[in-house]
Amino acid sequence: MTETLPGAAIPNPTDEAAINAAVDQAITAIDGAATLDELKAVRLAHSGEKSPLSLANREIGRLPKDQKALAGKLMGASRGRVNKALADRTAVLEAENDARILVEETVDVTAAPRRRRAGARHPLSTLQDRVADIFVGMGWEIAEGPEVESEWFNFDALNFKPDHPAREMQDTFFVEPPEAHLLMRTHTSPVQVRSMLEREVPIYVLCPGKVFRTDELDATHTPVFHQFEGLAIDRNLSMADLRGTLEHFARQMFGDEAQIRLRPNYFPFTEPSAELDIFHPGAKGGPAWIEWGGCGMVNPNVLRAAGIDPDVYSGFAFGMGIERTLMFRNEVGDMRDMIEGDVRFSEHFGMEI
Amino acid sequence: MRIPLSWLREFAAVPADATAEDVMAELVKVGFEEEAVHRPTDALRGPVVVGQVLSLVKEPQTNGKTINWCQVRVVPEGQEQTLTGDGIDPSGVQGIICGAHNFVEGDKVVVTLPGAVLPGDFHISARKTYGHLSAGMIASVRELGIGDDHDGILVLSRIGLDPEIGTDAMELLGLYDQAAEINVTPDRGYAFSIRGVAREYAHATGTAFTDPATKVNAPAELSGGYGVKLNDDAPIYGTPGCDRFVARTVRGVDATRPTPQWMVSRLRLAGIRSISLPVDISNYVMLELGQPTHCYDLDKLSGDIVVRRASAGEKITTLDGKERTLDAEDLLITDDSGAIGIAGVMGGAATEVSDSTSNILVEAAHFDDVSIGRSRRRHKLPSEASKRFERGVDWQVAGVAAQRVVDLLVELAGGSADEAGTDVGTAPETVTIELPAGFAAARIGIDFTEAQIVTSLEDLGAVVVKHDAGWTVTPPSWRSDLETKEDLTEEIARLVGYDKIPATLPVAPPGRGLTRVQQQRRRLIQALADAGLTEVLSYPFVSKAANDTFGTADEATPRSAVKLANPISEEQGYLRTSILPGLIEVAKRNHSRGFRDLALFESGLVFLPGDAMGTAAIPPLGEKPADEVLDALYDGVPDQPFHVAAILTGHDSPAAAGHTPRTWDWADALDVARLAGDVLGVDLVVTQGSHQAFHPGRTARLALRTGETVGYAGELHPKLLAASDMPARSVALELNADALFDAAPDVIVARHISTFPVATQDVALVVPADVPADEVLAALREGAGELLEDVALFDVYAGKGIEDGKKSLAFGLRFRAADRTLTADEASAARESAVALAAERFGAVQR
Repeated sequence: MTETLPGAAIPNPTDEAAINAAVDQAITAIDGAATLDELKAVRLAHSGEKSPLSLANREIGRLPKDQKALAGKLMGASRGRVNKALADRTAVLEAENDARILVEETVDVTAAPRRRRAGARHPLSTLQDRVADIFVGMGWEIAEGPEVESEWFNFDALNFKPDHPAREMQDTFFVEPPEAHLLMRTHTSPVQVRSMLEREVPIYVLCPGKVFRTDELDATHTPVFHQFEGLAIDRNLSMADLRGTLEHFARQMFGDEAQIRLRPNYFPFTEPSAELDIFHPGAKGGPAWIEWGGCGMVNPNVLRAAGIDPDVYSGFAFGMGIERTLMFRNEVGDMRDMIEGDVRFSEHFGMEI
Repeated sequence: MRIPLSWLREFAAVPADATAEDVMAELVKVGFEEEAVHRPTDALRGPVVVGQVLSLVKEPQTNGKTINWCQVRVVPEGQEQTLTGDGIDPSGVQGIICGAHNFVEGDKVVVTLPGAVLPGDFHISARKTYGHLSAGMIASVRELGIGDDHDGILVLSRIGLDPEIGTDAMELLGLYDQAAEINVTPDRGYAFSIRGVAREYAHATGTAFTDPATKVNAPAELSGGYGVKLNDDAPIYGTPGCDRFVARTVRGVDATRPTPQWMVSRLRLAGIRSISLPVDISNYVMLELGQPTHCYDLDKLSGDIVVRRASAGEKITTLDGKERTLDAEDLLITDDSGAIGIAGVMGGAATEVSDSTSNILVEAAHFDDVSIGRSRRRHKLPSEASKRFERGVDWQVAGVAAQRVVDLLVELAGGSADEAGTDVGTAPETVTIELPAGFAAARIGIDFTEAQIVTSLEDLGAVVVKHDAGWTVTPPSWRSDLETKEDLTEEIARLVGYDKIPATLPVAPPGRGLTRVQQQRRRLIQALADAGLTEVLSYPFVSKAANDTFGTADEATPRSAVKLANPISEEQGYLRTSILPGLIEVAKRNHSRGFRDLALFESGLVFLPGDAMGTAAIPPLGEKPADEVLDALYDGVPDQPFHVAAILTGHDSPAAAGHTPRTWDWADALDVARLAGDVLGVDLVVTQGSHQAFHPGRTARLALRTGETVGYAGELHPKLLAASDMPARSVALELNADALFDAAPDVIVARHISTFPVATQDVALVVPADVPADEVLAALREGAGELLEDVALFDVYAGKGIEDGKKSLAFGLRFRAADRTLTADEASAARESAVALAAERFGAVQR
């Protein structure tokens, strides 16, 4: 690799031509080095201790005094040129080397494994949060209550007369022993009663939660499902306020195009009562009105049960099914998908709805 | 309620071409939801005509059956067949094979001609069979879709018909009529009648209404009729069980006469089967006027009728042939022989009308809704009568209905009515309601005109009297549901139209946002999902065994749980005290569907019965209970803490090129539990735990700093996993999240951050194998003093070089002072002091 073998003639440090020749020879070798290893050998041969230039440099000491300065100057400049060439070539080769290593390290990013599990929320739970956020944004508060409830909160306080057929229509799970008058709440309305008893008027609360009916599980029924109910108690609330609130909510939920419709209905706890339909432009089989829930003006007997004077305050209430909302909003075709816990159902939604 | 349109048209202005759908579209506006359409022509298409059997030749077949080869005239003699088409014989006489044998030559029958379509999409055509070309079919009622009888074909004379040959049989049998089925809410008993629905149709369309009650000419007073006594000595809620009983007598009826087809057809469309003429008349009047009536065979009655409560143990055989033991609360119709009917629910067999009945006593009574409802539930006897009584029947209409039954018995059954009759009872007090001016407008948000208010109420049948402050309203007798000014307000809004209600958005006062617990709950659920777990839901219904295993750590401590009185399945008759049983079921379901690497979690309430379960009494509605009564209600509701649980089975991630998934192990369960603590800012204390559902050696008990146990994490018990067909080594955890929420710090006080250099020292301690690492670590922390910034266990070793029964624990200690650079000596001194405490507590020896 080297053209100047040990024992070769040592150029005279005062012989400018010879020194230049050695320098040129060195630079040619340096520039010719293709790898860092080659360059290392070249460095040894041309600037190492035994290299011609180093040996020539050592000769300066033996020169007569008057030649020393000149020779020193010549050798200094010459060795400087060689060192610069070495440094330049080193930089070039190092850069080439780095680039090659990076190229060699190329991977197929499309074959990357998923090392971390992606978790998922249940869409009913996500939807429940979203509904709550809309109402919290309106200044409402979220109220909650127990799922096993006293019959009084579930029925009597809500103006269900003890022997009225409306009570039976709720298909209630009762708790043993029957004399204890405990049941699984059939709607989230008992939370309305609790809210009225525990809070000061004005009251604007949303009550989401699980409810229970003795229905067998099939494509459209489940014994355990979720509702959210709203309750507003204030001075001078009217059915127009109810409609405005529901319209605002529907638009937050389904977009500015959303429309709602009220139809007369009956609930023991509201008077007047209405069925709430929502217009669903994207419904399967074409745009349609879809039953969404019930609503109405709070029955004065309900206010009285909570110690609120119906001559001073009025209120409205509404309730919708979360499953039902998810079914038509997200085109869930079968109730069972929502409650069986198949991971594909939750994971398809991820953290979104 | 099913409304035959032909019937509705008698009393309301329903357009001639209106369909059931059109009628429902109107009724929905006034609050009656659409249920279904009943229209025979949806399934049955003609030509279906009256034919006369001219000849009938019996032809025995090789298969042992005998068939009839019939010639049937379907066009009157001398007239031409105007129908054309394949298989229609221009002669007007069709050759038809018939397998039934209940008819003879000369009988008039219903012929479905080629081209007709029968229910079940059965197309009639001429076809070769039994060696003949059979061009049509002689139909049975079942084939026509109008009954169940398939014993033979329909012979028209037997239902009292002798129509002209060639008559359109669909017209004859009322099959061009149709019914709209609507849902009637339980407050509107009056709408279980054509009378009520016709009125509502008029409200919805703004058209005229004729009250069927006004078409009946009932005498204003009755006297001298059958003896009836109302003897209710135990009214429920103080309301007499029977407050009106009208009895009328019709003599000399022929109970065997066929019911006319118009009545049969309307009853059928309304969903009621034809039984016999007197029974059909009774049902017809009930449907028309909403008043249930009953016909007794007068000659089977003995002595006065007495309406009274049953005596305990008294028995009756009801019309359905069942003997029933009565309850002291049941209201009965009785005579000298004993009970002859459960009032308003079902009549008795002993006095029922039969073919031989010639004298009939008609009952039209008014019963207490509560009493009827209880008897119906008690005897599980839902009937058309009880349905109406429970929802409210017009007190005033009883006399009219009785008269209507009498009129029809006279007209159709050939009887004659006694002039004498019975009408006993006391009219309920008239209700008047004050409707203050402006009330309806304020409640609805529509500025109603006076005309709108008055007209709406008068249209309902109410009497409205204006005064200075508003109106005094007397609701009509059939609207017992109207009791308050709110009820009237709904009626006004309903009749004016809910679509007229404007939208205004009320502004709530400034809110507090989500409560702390609500935020904590969200954070917890989101953190678990973010950590890679999948949220699922399961039912809270579990078996006793599941609660006994998962609900309590100690096998010997029985788990008390809430039991359901009427569970969906007796097997799962209890409410969960732990979320894990449901979660395991979900995991198993996923396994069976091919998903074996799972990380599932669920959060929700568990149910822990306390000492007080419920309350013996329930306070009345419409008033606020006294504080102590309310407290008892609150206290009686079982404790229902919010739990979170997770189960991990299989691997932590999917296998992939260049990635080997790890099998979940006990530490993962513990890690998830700790994550739950971390995101809530709660420091969970982990100690070796013991829980019957978990592996005895791989279970962590999780506690608060106070010592309160808040859950368990670890490997599920191998036996339990095997028994429930779960993968071995599945791990799980459950936490009482409410307890964590409670323990979360209110305010976190910041710590000073020292920028002086850290001094690290490692120490390896040999301790007895059963000493928990965490306790040694705690000793080091305590012993090292305030210079210690952090200490972590980085290695556990047992084996070569370590004495049997011991283990080596290696800890890394980080020292730092707040105010200076520590010298090596200072750090070493702190380490020595830490080791000294570990040595003192556990005999730890430095390696």
